Amino acid sequence: MNFSVDDCVRKYAVAGLVLAIMSVAHISEALAHGEEEHEGQKFTATNPKWKEDCGACHLAYPPKMLPAESWRAIMAGLDKHFGSNAGLDTETANEITAFLVGNADTRKYKSSNKPLLRITETRWFKSDHEEVSARSWKNPRVKKPSNCGACHTTAESGDFSERNVKIPK
Amino acid sequence: MPFRPLNLTSKFLEQSMLRVFFAFCFVVANGLTVQTAFAETPLEILAAINAEASGIPGFQGFSATRGESFFKTKHSHSLSCSTCHTENPAAQGKHSETDKLIKPLAPAVNEERFTDMKKVKKWFKRNCNDVLDRECTPQEKGDVLTYLLTVKK
Repeated sequence: MNFSVDDCVRKYAVAGLVLAIMSVAHISEALAHGEEEHEGQKFTATNPKWKEDCGACHLAYPPKMLPAESWRAIMAGLDKHFGSNAGLDTETANEITAFLVGNADTRKYKSSNKPLLRITETRWFKSDHEEVSARSWKNPRVKKPSNCGACHTTAESGDFSERNVKIPK
Repeated sequence: MPFRPLNLTSKFLEQSMLRVFFAFCFVVANGLTVQTAFAETPLEILAAINAEASGIPGFQGFSATRGESFFKTKHSHSLSCSTCHTENPAAQGKHSETDKLIKPLAPAVNEERFTDMKKVKKWFKRNCNDVLDRECTPQEKGDVLTYLLTVKK
């Protein structure tokens, strides 16, 4: 059997090329998928005070996740914020409120009597998480549905795209 | 003409020296920025708390032992400082409600800690209210910071 170095190099080159084409195809498919179905799942609006103050105790939830009236109600009740006094100085509170309201969810909802204070109670949250099993919600590594980062591995950067979701086992 | 190569060499030398000088300036300037990034040092913060505590009759200084015990004791709602910051302030903590990761509290490990009086006041106020249902006294704050300053890497 003849074995030349040239043959060997050629085989590897072909294999490499095939792999390269496959990975490019895979990446572009993933990108297309992301753009089509998950547009709007990347949140880019940012503000240093929002990031620092809201993000100190929990994920700095993107303003697009709630309508303006919800943010106004939350910011007006910071002294009783889900069991904790999260009161801020007026200047900081005003800046954060303006940021949240200015970048809020503007879709029209049937108006209810009271603004929703929990993202997890919005219709979009419930419908987007329909396929998540009860077992996953009960997983101690998830703990609470408000713990976005437990599954949305890139939530901290505002990226909620499905391809970065990893539900802990 | 015979001097020309020599001139080139000296020019080259001059340029290299200039480059070294600029690099030096850059390092010094960077050092200064890092130095000035923090408003206060933990010792200055401790001194400010000490000044506050000194006004209280019977004040006899701070104690790391007392601070450690306060840090680890469960107060209201079965919460202690260590519930979130863990029993080891040199380690990363976790918010007891939200699981949000908390950077280490000990200045030896996290140089940002206790370098901004405004932040220190804000977080003592918030966290003491959550853990003790009241604000902490200057004695308690000073004891805790004295303890945290003894924690090594």
